[in-house]
Amino acid sequence: MALIRVNPTRMELANLKKKLRTSQKGHKLLKDKRDDLMKKFLALVRENQELRKIVEEKIMGVYEGFVIAGAVMSPEALDEALMMPKQRVELEVGSQNLMSVVVPVFSFETSGGEGDNYSYGFVSTSGELDSSVAALADVLPYMLKLAQMEKSAQLLAEEIEKTRRTVNALEYVRIPNLQETIRYIRMKLEENDRGNTTRLMKVKDMIVQQAIEEQKARDEMAG
Amino acid sequence: MRSKIAVVGEKASVMGFRAVGFEVFEVEEPADIFSIVERLVKEAYGVVFITEQALAKAPGLLDKYKDTRIPAIIPIPGRDGTLGIGMENLRKSVERAVGADILNH
Repeated sequence: MALIRVNPTRMELANLKKKLRTSQKGHKLLKDKRDDLMKKFLALVRENQELRKIVEEKIMGVYEGFVIAGAVMSPEALDEALMMPKQRVELEVGSQNLMSVVVPVFSFETSGGEGDNYSYGFVSTSGELDSSVAALADVLPYMLKLAQMEKSAQLLAEEIEKTRRTVNALEYVRIPNLQETIRYIRMKLEENDRGNTTRLMKVKDMIVQQAIEEQKARDEMAG
Repeated sequence: MRSKIAVVGEKASVMGFRAVGFEVFEVEEPADIFSIVERLVKEAYGVVFITEQALAKAPGLLDKYKDTRIPAIIPIPGRDGTLGIGMENLRKSVERAVGADILNH
């Protein structure tokens, strides 16, 4: 572990202790956040997986209808029939805060398709086309729900990754470094203390020695 | 915020989506996919559905926009069936979050 390069003083020690407390508190909070995010994420992903299966199946069904319609009608007629849509889809993008992750919320409005949403007359088109278009209109809400879920899942995944990195950095680098440095400063300070005490003892010895010698000299003069 | 929905893919797959009011962008050259999507991003489309067949020819496209709030680029199967890109993408985000693939096992 790398020591943080600081002067081994009492002030630094106090500072580092404060930093260590903050880091430990942050670590605990972020860990909780990560666990909670993970729980939400996994639930979301499971649901997402189910929905994707459903949507994929439905879309494949719609394609089949179009293939049949394409076989019955000429490509030009099919093109023409689909060229000018009557209905328009307006997307409303809102946002939702999911554990500090802002995810989009999609809602949509269809406009223009009063009565039915067939953009063509029934004379030159086949019945399969009608049912395909109707089926597609049915899939639409599912597709948007899927879009919202997948985007949320991606954004959550990003946030989890970030949080996990921070948690790990705190746990395996920042906190051990701080602890080590605090221990180092403590030892350094204790060492200084011991040095000081020995020095004082030594000085005291010298003073006592001097006093004894002076006393001896005085005794000789008197004697 | 008002936005629009786009469907990108090869003509045979996507033309039907026009009938229900999506904006359809047909891809003729695989090289165009990036520029089309870029334009859609600039025009603030909320959701871009793109067929897996088109996506297969534009690797990296999904990853490029996965961390922005919009657009949501969502793979859908093309007329020739699903290539599993959508599921794969989901699996990837699980791997990213958890650090291991825990889906399907």
